[in-house]
Amino acid sequence: MEYEAVIGLETHVQLKTKSKMWCGCANQYGSEPNTNVCPVCLGMPGVLPVPNEEALRKTVLTGYLLNCEIPRYAKFDRKNYFYPDASKNYQLTQYDKPSTANGFVEFEFAGKGSANGMGKVRITRAHLEEDVGKLTHFDRTSGVDFNRAGVPLLEIVSEPDITGADMAYAYLNALTEILHQGGVSDCDMEKGMVRCDVNISVRPVGTKELGAKIEIKNMNSFSGVRRAAEYEIARQIEVVSKGGKLIQSTRRWDDVAGITEEMRTKENAHDYRYFPEPDMMPLAPTDAWLAEVKALVIELPIARKQRFMRDYQLPAGDAEVFKSNVELGNYFEGLAKQSKNPKAIANWIINNLLAKLSEANKSEADEQAALGIEPANLKLTTLADLKFPPSALLELVNLVEAKTISSSAAQQVFTEMFATGKAPAVIVQEKGLAQVSDTGAIEKFCDEAIAANPAPVADYKAGKIVALNSLKGQVMKLSKGKANPALVGEILERKLRG
Amino acid sequence: MASAEIDVKYVANLARLALTPDEEKQLGAQLGSILGYIEKLRELDVSGVEPTAHAVPMVNITRTDEIRPSLPHEDALRNAPRQAGGLFIVPKVVE
Repeated sequence: MEYEAVIGLETHVQLKTKSKMWCGCANQYGSEPNTNVCPVCLGMPGVLPVPNEEALRKTVLTGYLLNCEIPRYAKFDRKNYFYPDASKNYQLTQYDKPSTANGFVEFEFAGKGSANGMGKVRITRAHLEEDVGKLTHFDRTSGVDFNRAGVPLLEIVSEPDITGADMAYAYLNALTEILHQGGVSDCDMEKGMVRCDVNISVRPVGTKELGAKIEIKNMNSFSGVRRAAEYEIARQIEVVSKGGKLIQSTRRWDDVAGITEEMRTKENAHDYRYFPEPDMMPLAPTDAWLAEVKALVIELPIARKQRFMRDYQLPAGDAEVFKSNVELGNYFEGLAKQSKNPKAIANWIINNLLAKLSEANKSEADEQAALGIEPANLKLTTLADLKFPPSALLELVNLVEAKTISSSAAQQVFTEMFATGKAPAVIVQEKGLAQVSDTGAIEKFCDEAIAANPAPVADYKAGKIVALNSLKGQVMKLSKGKANPALVGEILERKLRG
Repeated sequence: MASAEIDVKYVANLARLALTPDEEKQLGAQLGSILGYIEKLRELDVSGVEPTAHAVPMVNITRTDEIRPSLPHEDALRNAPRQAGGLFIVPKVVE
């Protein structure tokens, strides 16, 4: 019998706010332990938590970004459990009245479960809760740092629409790209800003009923999710195909061993005894407030990519670069709108500008690191710091289009304008880079090249057409890159055939 | 729910309370009488009333996203039974 996997994800994302969810402590990663804490986030008796309006705004904004409905009534509840990461012995969350519900995420995906190169995962809800403290386990004790306790945390629950490990991976990347670009979260995996629980079951292909749901808790990398899902799907299929029975349970992923292992079964499942948080009033977003939040919605990355391909006839690869790098995409679009040749603009930006920038950034980083500057405080050249104005790139493309300069001369112009900020026309003049289309001058270079390179000449005459390229290269060199390459080709061929 | 149906052992376990058989009996009876009182409320016809978690009709009580001073680190840890390296030290609990 053939089996298929059914996967749903619960993704936890820390919201980008200045302060925590219920108190004014800094929402900041990397501080000394227990320095961003106060009576509220330490869960001391008698305190009064008050919701952070910015976190509510970013929750609803997420709802809009994920095509959700925004209920006109939402509230907070207490989820009761005993674990040292939650000093109150409960976590504040939204149980039956979440701030967003019933959305979906669409993303590029070509594997199993896709349609027309796209994957779609429905979103059950994205609800707001608080992060908990961070535990460090020692030999016989555990240490608790409450800096993270009370940081606004969004839990994004998907429907079981994911059919395999690769689709889970693609979904997570698409989701975090949306949230990152949408300004909701920095989604920095290294800083634990995104964590994920994976629910997996298997069933015979063609059946509708879901198998026993097995949850893999607390994944903190997307490649880990992919590997864990691959392992767990294979494990479950093996159990059921051998006639075994799976029971609802929670497992843990061991990244080093590359296996999942059981933590607890349904019989020991938590009973969280949710009840409404008495210290907080419900939320009833007004029309005006919702309109204000809606105005913050960005163009979704996938829509932007499709639009770039449509409006500027860009190949998917170029559009992908501009999709993932928003600033670069904006830079491109500012120029593309004014250009008759957006593809040429894209080439210059992706092939030349990006390369120069990363080259410059690398040496800047090395220099500053040598001075003892922390990685987080490095000052690197960005698009905003370029010495040349964007219009210079437009001018450069026009010079090549008008055949005023050859493409190899254009490379020199670009290097110079990147270094000095001089206008392309000025560089062309100063360096004498204007393309030579004077046949007399080119003929002279061709004669020289033919005289100096008997071997390729003989090869060409013997029928090796590619030998012409080497001669062409020689002519371009002699002309210091200024000869019109098309003319060079024509003249060389005429001379060699004659 | 009648008092007999309360699983006192289960509730006590959820609350991490170790009860003696006598305490179980006593608390069971007390919880039973509380539930009996709730039962009485059930007699009221509330079919036209929206459920609410609060008696006061207030919504959207929020604060602006501003950082305010946290507790001095020493004060934060002052009541900790044990501390080390700036952390609250607790018995090892690995889920």
